[in-house]
Amino acid sequence: MIDNLPFIAVAALIIIGLYAVLFRRNLIKIVIGIALIESGVNLFLVALGYRTGSIAPIYTSSPGGIMSYPVPQALTLTSIVIGVAVLALMLSLIIHIYRHYGSLDVRKLGGEDQ
Amino acid sequence: MSIMDFLLQQSPALIIAIPLLGAFLTPVISRISDKGRNLFVILILAFTAFLVFILAMHVFETGPMTYVFGSTQNVVSNNTVIRILFEVDALSAFMAIIGIIIAFAAAIYSWSFMDNETGLDKYYSLMLLMVVGMLGMVMTGDMFNFFVFLEITSIASCALIAFRTNKANAVAAGFKYIVISTIGALFVLMAIAILYGQYDALNIAKLAQSITFSFADKIALVLLVVALAMKGGIVPMHMWVADAYGRAPASISLILIAATQASLYGVFRVLFTLYGNVITMPSISLGWVMVILGLLTMLIGVIMALIQTDLKRLIAYGAVAELGYIFLAVGTGLTVLTTPENVANIAGYGFEAIKGGIFHIFNDILDIGLLFMVAGALYFATKESSLNKLGGLARNMKYTTVFFLIGLLAVSGIPPLNGFSSKLLIYESIFQLNPILSIIAILASIMLLAIFIKVFQSAFLGPALPQFSHVKEVPKSMLLAMGIVAALIVFIGLFPDLFVTNVVEPAANALINNQEYLQWLTGGI
Repeated sequence: MIDNLPFIAVAALIIIGLYAVLFRRNLIKIVIGIALIESGVNLFLVALGYRTGSIAPIYTSSPGGIMSYPVPQALTLTSIVIGVAVLALMLSLIIHIYRHYGSLDVRKLGGEDQ
Repeated sequence: MSIMDFLLQQSPALIIAIPLLGAFLTPVISRISDKGRNLFVILILAFTAFLVFILAMHVFETGPMTYVFGSTQNVVSNNTVIRILFEVDALSAFMAIIGIIIAFAAAIYSWSFMDNETGLDKYYSLMLLMVVGMLGMVMTGDMFNFFVFLEITSIASCALIAFRTNKANAVAAGFKYIVISTIGALFVLMAIAILYGQYDALNIAKLAQSITFSFADKIALVLLVVALAMKGGIVPMHMWVADAYGRAPASISLILIAATQASLYGVFRVLFTLYGNVITMPSISLGWVMVILGLLTMLIGVIMALIQTDLKRLIAYGAVAELGYIFLAVGTGLTVLTTPENVANIAGYGFEAIKGGIFHIFNDILDIGLLFMVAGALYFATKESSLNKLGGLARNMKYTTVFFLIGLLAVSGIPPLNGFSSKLLIYESIFQLNPILSIIAILASIMLLAIFIKVFQSAFLGPALPQFSHVKEVPKSMLLAMGIVAALIVFIGLFPDLFVTNVVEPAANALINNQEYLQWLTGGI
């Protein structure tokens, strides 16, 4: 059970994130939802490469013992960098949307006459 | 000749590296001269197109080409190799050709079309980035790399959809697109993590060889197909398409179509190559799911197009309908491949269906692309995109009218244009799976014809309107871009055989026979 804790956290993060994206009407909350999903996926990647008691995978100064697997960590780093770019872009779009519509409510967006 | 060999050997890397370098040099050159920048972008794309063509010719002749970034041998124990592979087979080369042709046309079109806008240095940078992402998606042989290119395409496209930030609708459409594509991409990443956790590999060929179709694999398959189909705009996940295509500048809508098709390429690659060894297991009716989704996409696309009054949104729904044909045809091929009693037919109509579907990818991009360019030209000349307000423009815009006619006839599958040749292949082959499919497909085509005739009538025919009396034909660069695409449409329509045997058949073969793609593991590097 305790070994599976990271994966339970992954499922919880993704489900909460999806809930926020699907049912929240505030744009900022949708972005927070996406950030949560992203954290969930990143946590999943890192958790895949970790073994109980393993140390950081620095080959040149290893004291011995098991190392956690470095590839998922590299993938996660890439994914985090992409995530930052996407979140920044989304928030900057929200600023523009707020200037145009004066509201962050999804129901007020995208009218034909604007 | 040695320089040609060098270029060919390095082409998979250069095809990505040159537009990428160009993207970040564009703002610098923009400081010096605006015309110089436009020319620079066109030259970069022309050189990339040249590289794509020599690579494609090589691939069509000799089979898949692998390019290794990183180690060519084992560097870490436990059989782990740290590297990224690009694997270009006939299908990848086919998709790259379409992508680069349409990007080239879009760059020429932008010269005059975007002339009055500000922020063009960023526009061209993002455009090149989008092309990089698209080409990377179709050429990579590595799942994680695929995700990275998917995200590059999404971010660049989103910024370009929202390019006219002074228009509220454009910004809202951009936001919608980025939400959809980010969630899609995160699901793709989740699926990649599931596969990686089981098989300790990210390479598509290696994964395909070791995949066992466990329960987790099925989850990964669903996540991948749904997320990529969402990015491809398949019904019921099509609602972003009209906004994104309709609000983006017309030159961007062009490249967006190609980027959308790159996502569809992802679906096909996942189904036929990644899961190619296990998809033939009985009791899986994925093919029928694809067929039904294709039918729905077609019908909902044309029905929604019927009620639009905004020209670009109308064309966008037309594009959705066209996607349905591709999905329907490839779904038919998959059904034939996966049902035991039909598997004998794979050489017959199953292969024909896949050929038709792949051929239609090319035709769809050209036809819908031409229509978008015409819509952009109308907007450029009249600053108006509502069909209720346009009228009588054939008097002022002769060439544009002709191009629109070519596009409208091609998109509704009228001979002798290219839409006819691929749609005929599709009708014939899906008829043998079930005649009703064929009837619905033909019906959708007729409705497309009716819709675009209506557009033609209301925008180009009718009495001359006083407010458009000053309207002139669009500048030469836009006409040239439309001319290139229209010439391709007519050429492929007149000589479909030439094109099908030399380009489409190898691509369809690559999709069905995944062994060629997988052989690098045993073939050795």
